[in-house]
Amino acid sequence: MAQVSIRKVVKAYEGGVQAVKGIDLEIADHEFVVLVGPSGCGKSTTLRMIAGLEEITSGEIAIGGMVVNDIPPRDRDIAMVFQNYALYPHMSVYDNMAFGLTLRKFPKDEIKRRVENAARILDITPLLDRKPKALSGGQRQRVAMGRAIVRDPKVFLFDEPLSNLDAKLRVQMRTEIKKVHQTVKTTTVYVTHDQVEAMTLADRVVVMNHGVIEQVGPPQELYHSPNTRFVAGFIGSPAMNFIPARMENGSGALRLNLPNGIVLPVPAERTARYGAMAGKEVLFGIRPEHLTEPKNLDRQNIAVFELTPEVIEPMGMETLLHLWMQGHEVCSRIDPTTPAEPGRPMQVAADLNHMHIIDPESGRVL
Amino acid sequence: MADGATLAMPRAEAPGGASLKRFARRRSTIAFLMTLPLIAVIGGLVAWPAGYAIWLSMLNRRMTQFIGLGNFEILLDSETFRMVIFQSVFFAVTAVILKALIGFWLAHMLHHLPAKGQKKWRGMLLVPWVIPPALSTLGWWWMFEPTYSSINWVLAIFAVPAVPWLGEPWWARISVIIVNVWYGAPFFMIMYLAALKSVPEQLYEAAAIDGATGWQKLRYVTLPMMRNIISITVLFSLIVTFANYDIVRVLTNGGPRDLTHVFASYAFQVGVLAGNIPRGAAVSLFMFPILAVIAFFVLRGVNRRTKEEL
Repeated sequence: MAQVSIRKVVKAYEGGVQAVKGIDLEIADHEFVVLVGPSGCGKSTTLRMIAGLEEITSGEIAIGGMVVNDIPPRDRDIAMVFQNYALYPHMSVYDNMAFGLTLRKFPKDEIKRRVENAARILDITPLLDRKPKALSGGQRQRVAMGRAIVRDPKVFLFDEPLSNLDAKLRVQMRTEIKKVHQTVKTTTVYVTHDQVEAMTLADRVVVMNHGVIEQVGPPQELYHSPNTRFVAGFIGSPAMNFIPARMENGSGALRLNLPNGIVLPVPAERTARYGAMAGKEVLFGIRPEHLTEPKNLDRQNIAVFELTPEVIEPMGMETLLHLWMQGHEVCSRIDPTTPAEPGRPMQVAADLNHMHIIDPESGRVL
Repeated sequence: MADGATLAMPRAEAPGGASLKRFARRRSTIAFLMTLPLIAVIGGLVAWPAGYAIWLSMLNRRMTQFIGLGNFEILLDSETFRMVIFQSVFFAVTAVILKALIGFWLAHMLHHLPAKGQKKWRGMLLVPWVIPPALSTLGWWWMFEPTYSSINWVLAIFAVPAVPWLGEPWWARISVIIVNVWYGAPFFMIMYLAALKSVPEQLYEAAAIDGATGWQKLRYVTLPMMRNIISITVLFSLIVTFANYDIVRVLTNGGPRDLTHVFASYAFQVGVLAGNIPRGAAVSLFMFPILAVIAFFVLRGVNRRTKEEL
């Protein structure tokens, strides 16, 4: 097991297209790090550079303190789980899992011990004699994980391992992966485009966009204190609402002028933080769960105003409202017992303790 | 559907007419009628000639009397025919192995060329296969021809003595194999290239991470993934090479001293030139049972692997 260091790593393709633009990342021993971002953000390329499947244009990657730039994948002591599983179709499940050990000339009884142990952890012992074709998607994914576990490598790499599974199985395998990591504790780098997977699995989430790292942090930190508009919008489902607004300075207190003539007072403790934006256009960001039916009105910084729901989506444990605010759709999460009707104006409460102000020019959350 | 409709038919019709209608409406009947043209073509162009050849091979020279396996017995007693068996097997097996190896090597080289140049090279390497073999063999004949052999002329530059390409039995056998390999290797190349392209790149990546070297990837990923194509191509080529006629006919015409004859050219000599059609038929049918057995096992293996793996 080992830490992974990524220093100023660039990946440029012929024609000068840069997929990864000089990223720095330190991954600690035993840590589970998830790289997340939209397609084309450079997360898979980064993972493949760690694996040695892509050459590093410049910069340095070290595994366990050793720079691996010029070391072929087979000598990096890593194991990888692919999106399409990449199981050898002509080998049985046992042989698929044993292949890496056989190539490394492990003794037969040691291979058997390790494969049987991994099969037990993953609950695939009855499948060991089958060929991959005779397995379901979830079972194949387990075998692919088993192939990684038996090697007992320094680092596990996962490249969108759950993307080919149906929604139900995906949730189940997600738990499985977390369980396995809690058992074997191997340093893990996991790539996904699904922010829910990222939030649920990671010790730390790395949000990437256009080849750069937008923010690194524990899931809760990314959720509650995003650094950029991109992170704020990417993490969380349904996504954060962004409403164009104007920051006004009025008699020592800041206030936000929103469309529909709504004026929100900026909490006093944030005056210093947002002071520089006075008189400027900003983006007002608020998550759907902080835009609810009027409640907790005794607390500070709750602003109530009137909006009209266009679409109502009952989810069972909650109801999502899509409200219209002068050309901007705003999503709100309300209690399912709260009466709401499309087209009938209703009172909504914004919890301004959780508001975000974004500088539209730099895209930074202030 | 059709059966349901039949059951609902009114009972007033005569029983005979109803059953005929029922027969015509059955799905299997319709399927049979639709495949009938193909059955007729295969029957007329494959089954009937094959059956007729088998019948012919069991007649006497004048085709007046049934002599059972007499022709085959006479053939096996003849020294020349035993030589033909040896030469045919030697020719076919050596040529197929060489074609397979060279084709695999070429396919590998092509596969690793950048996509841009690949097309050009693929086209050029396919040329031997698209020229009618009778014509290209004539070209080779000129190059092997003793007096003006261009190959010998090149060899002479390097002080290598002239080679009697077509004059000496073993050299003649080698010459025939060279031309067959030159003609047939591109077919293997194109089949293997297609097979190589169908191996998912991720398997190689997984193998690289599992610790495989280049050779081990070839041994444990490429070859097993290509097994079906290799089996089918080798089987197909073996059948075609055993039946080869034009190269031997043009290059050596079976000589010197009937030592380079293969089944097809010998069958032509015995059956057409010497006028013993039943014995010629026996010659050409000689390999049939052996090839049929080989084909059965190869195809069974391919079938099993397809079911289990793909």
